[in-house]
Amino acid sequence: MQSRAFQKIHSKIDKITKATITLTASDVGNEEMAWVDDRLAQVVKINGDNVTLQIFVGTEGISTEAQVVFLGKPQTLKVSEDLAGRFFDAYGNPIDGGPEVEGEEREIGGPSVNPVRRKQPNQLIATGIAGIDLNNTLVTGQKIPFFADSDQPYNEVMANVALKAEADKIILGGMGLSNDDYLYFKALFENAGALDKIISFINTTENPPVERLLVPDMALTAAEYFAVDKNEKVLVLLTDMTLYADALAIVSNKMDQIPSKDSMPGSLYSDLAKLYEKAVQFPAGGSITIIAVTTLSGGDITHAIPDNTGYITEGQLFLRTDTDIGKVIVDPFRSLSRLKQQVIGKKTRDDHGQVMNAAVRLYADAAEAKTKRDNGFDLSEYDERTLKFAREYSNSLLAIDVDLNTDDMLDVTWRLLENHFSKDEVGIKKTVTDKYWKGAE
Amino acid sequence: MTTGKVTGVTANLITVEVDGPISQNEIAYVKMGDERLMSEVIRINGNTAFVQCFESTRGVRTGLAVEFAGAMLEVELGPGLLSKNYDGLQNDLDKKEGLFLKRGEYTSPLDDEKIYEFTPLASPGESIQPGHWLGEVKENWVNHKIMAPFTLKGDWKLDSIVEKGNHTIRDTIAVISSSDGETKDVTMTQRWPVKVPLKAYREKPRPFRLMETGYRIIDTFNPLAEGGTGFIPGPFGCGKTVVQHAVSKNASADIIIMAACGERANEVVEIFTEFPELIDPRTGRKLYERTTIICNTSNMPVAAREASVYTAMTIGEYYRQMGLSVLLLADSTSRWAQALREMSNRLEELPGPDAFPMDLSAIIANFYARAGVVYLNNGETGAVTFLGTVSPAGGNLKEPVTESTKKAAQCFYALSQKRADSKRYPAIDPQESYSKYLESPEIQAFLTERSGENWVEDVLSLKNRMLRGKEAQDQISILGDDGVPIEYHINFWKSEVIDAALIQQDAFDPIDRFASVERQEYGLKTVKDICDRVFNFDTFEDVAPYFKKMINSLKQMNFCEFGSGQFKEFESELKITLNEKEVA
Ligand SMILES: Nc1ncnc2c1ncn2[C@@H]1O[C@H](COP(=O)(O)OP(=O)(O)OP(=O)(O)O)[C@@H](O)[C@H]1O
Ligand SMILES: [Mg+2]
Repeated sequence: MQSRAFQKIHSKIDKITKATITLTASDVGNEEMAWVDDRLAQVVKINGDNVTLQIFVGTEGISTEAQVVFLGKPQTLKVSEDLAGRFFDAYGNPIDGGPEVEGEEREIGGPSVNPVRRKQPNQLIATGIAGIDLNNTLVTGQKIPFFADSDQPYNEVMANVALKAEADKIILGGMGLSNDDYLYFKALFENAGALDKIISFINTTENPPVERLLVPDMALTAAEYFAVDKNEKVLVLLTDMTLYADALAIVSNKMDQIPSKDSMPGSLYSDLAKLYEKAVQFPAGGSITIIAVTTLSGGDITHAIPDNTGYITEGQLFLRTDTDIGKVIVDPFRSLSRLKQQVIGKKTRDDHGQVMNAAVRLYADAAEAKTKRDNGFDLSEYDERTLKFAREYSNSLLAIDVDLNTDDMLDVTWRLLENHFSKDEVGIKKTVTDKYWKGAE
Repeated sequence: MTTGKVTGVTANLITVEVDGPISQNEIAYVKMGDERLMSEVIRINGNTAFVQCFESTRGVRTGLAVEFAGAMLEVELGPGLLSKNYDGLQNDLDKKEGLFLKRGEYTSPLDDEKIYEFTPLASPGESIQPGHWLGEVKENWVNHKIMAPFTLKGDWKLDSIVEKGNHTIRDTIAVISSSDGETKDVTMTQRWPVKVPLKAYREKPRPFRLMETGYRIIDTFNPLAEGGTGFIPGPFGCGKTVVQHAVSKNASADIIIMAACGERANEVVEIFTEFPELIDPRTGRKLYERTTIICNTSNMPVAAREASVYTAMTIGEYYRQMGLSVLLLADSTSRWAQALREMSNRLEELPGPDAFPMDLSAIIANFYARAGVVYLNNGETGAVTFLGTVSPAGGNLKEPVTESTKKAAQCFYALSQKRADSKRYPAIDPQESYSKYLESPEIQAFLTERSGENWVEDVLSLKNRMLRGKEAQDQISILGDDGVPIEYHINFWKSEVIDAALIQQDAFDPIDRFASVERQEYGLKTVKDICDRVFNFDTFEDVAPYFKKMINSLKQMNFCEFGSGQFKEFESELKITLNEKEVA
């Protein structure tokens, strides 16, 4: 337990549920933290003298005579340059054997950036993955999740993107991370020689689920320190936000709130938005980019968690296995980067927008042809060509193992278009084909 | 003044023990040190007031003092509203200090120091009605009317008015008196409660003109009336915001009010960044000169999100009183409904479908009913056109917000996931979407006058062809390419021509983003002509390549300046293609 000199100790608990306790206390502030014996808790409701606390690790074994000490402040994080290279638990305690971090103590979950003080994001993040750079270009200050079934290699792809992103700091918020995944991230960052710019807040499957609720706010408070105070480009990785939302549901359920769709709390949208909206480009150069993971169940994006996420984030990267080529691809239909138009054709070649859309449209024609074939119909000559195109497009561009620069991606796309289609079929603006089309007239 | 003390708090719901009279929806301030947290009374039970706090309630504790303001949530109206960026409670965001929004910091919506040249429009002795035009000032390029208080009751007349000259908004510019001998000083500003419709007009007729948006799928196929209502439901990422932004840039309105209600901050930043640069195609003035932005993004307090749409509507109604045509855009009204839901759940009210409040339908209907075209007391016409977006959970249109809105709005622009997936933008579903105005006699008369006798009929015939194209496509996918008559392929491809040439429109292309009425008339005629032709093909395999060639020409035309040399080149290319298959 932390220092409790001069602090009033309460030791009569009136009510205990699975996640909360209620006791009589006065002069307690909403969202204030408290120790209940050696467990951290937070004030979630005040009704006269009755104060209800949510205990992050749960109430198993809590006695009606447990000692409650209010800390007089919400959850905080001490911020300084010393955070760099360190691993912490959800409360910000070191788990790497290193010393406590000294620094300025800041409340987590702080206020929002004034929208008029933001800058429009316009710096491209190159990842080398064409499914991203070509079709769903990322921009600093963006917030975007991977949507993936749990058997997809989302953490690997995300880590890969992170290392290529040329960020000054990478902050990993791990929620319900398996121990293997935790070690994977650690080893990967170590091997990349990037450990000194990584900061991690980790809640593993071995920790109580409700603790996860602190992780994103801890990560984002650290991110704001580096982005605002140090003008750094910060990349925040949050995995897995589905497990975060599950923890929200556990708490709201135990507090007898009326659930809305899929047993999720009615405030899920606002709860998630508060985190994701921390992504920002500041005029002074600092930025926070959030790349998250939202695992799906059976590819269902209409479930409340991915659905609310999609309404909040600036697009999503949908991973799926293309059985035709036997590789994981970034699905061009369900994936989207909403900030891509800030950079496409401006920071990239002028044909980018047109080529990208033409290829995806033709890929959609291939999907129709495939349905036709699956329904047992003959394919037209055009259908056959779209299928051939789709296979090559998938293999040489959509697959996550592709590593090219953007100009090469565009050139590869042009060659595929020329090989399989006529100019009419491609339907690209004439001024653009005049410049880049090298195939038959 | 009634005061009180905090007795409890859960999330942003605070209970207060009060010592005097209060009213429903009255504003209260919870005093935390030197911070004053603005809140609104949403339920009263004996001496206990339930207030929803517009700010974070972190640190709120029992015993804190509360002051009641004696008024409901109000906006301040007057010159200087345009080009402003407000939060949902009409705080001027540009006046706030620092990078982060500071809790309890409220900034004045108008500029006290700014000098306006006032020109009187009324003379002493005139009898005065609420909203009477007393004078005007130039606000950007808009003639901003200075109006008699909307709250006047009984008989009033103008005692005196200042001469043409420079004044600040706080100066008294007129004195009016009532038959009861009461006198009032009138300044350029007044206050109005946002939840109360502003109705200082004589009559609200049925809409009789169109709001042009520059989007073919709206203007040609599903027109939005000036003073009309419409909504855009659609799954995430299908293009609601892009449509709204495009409309805000191109619409034939005098004033644009954009309410970013619980959506992304970066989308608003895009407007902050672009509007000072972009030119209004009709007036040649900068877009931001006619625009006010109400910005309550998803990370800003939930209760203020609910207020933001009302703030926006009230400002819109205010400009309508000046005889202007206002277009109000709200993205997304679902977030507003969710704010209502969060509060209703916290109050432990009996939940309706999907845990939304029982009276959701009525709330939405009342809001949409505030739009409309009006005849003012002086015979002038003003309008508020409202176009909202809806974000249905799971993209499923059978959910309470979509269903309630469908009852309230006259135009329905349904976005289709499938169209968005295949990048057919705008992804407005040509089969599902409708505008009831196309059937309204007033609008039909307007269209006939504007675009000729056959316009409505031609539009309906193309809409019908879209349906037939869909049917043909369904048949082809059930029976196979060679299992259907060639006619089916032709019907399908004719609908593809309509889709590619008229329905799809690239919001990011400098030319294609905006189609003038003239251009839309040309487009409809050209495509109708193609569709009315009889084509002969030997095999179904010849159909697609032929039509694709035509589609390519039509698309290229869309990318060219209307009537330009290039445009004409593609036009003759199209003619050649057509003549190839000319059937005698
Ligand atoms: N008319 C269009 N032309 C070109 N691209 C478009 C068009 N409409 C939408 N898009 C593409 O789709 C993306 C998503 O559109 P938008 O942000 O408007 O979706 P939304 O329906 O508002 O989603 P949400 O509900 O999540 O806010 C855009 O960023 C853009 O890439
Ligand atoms: Mg949107």
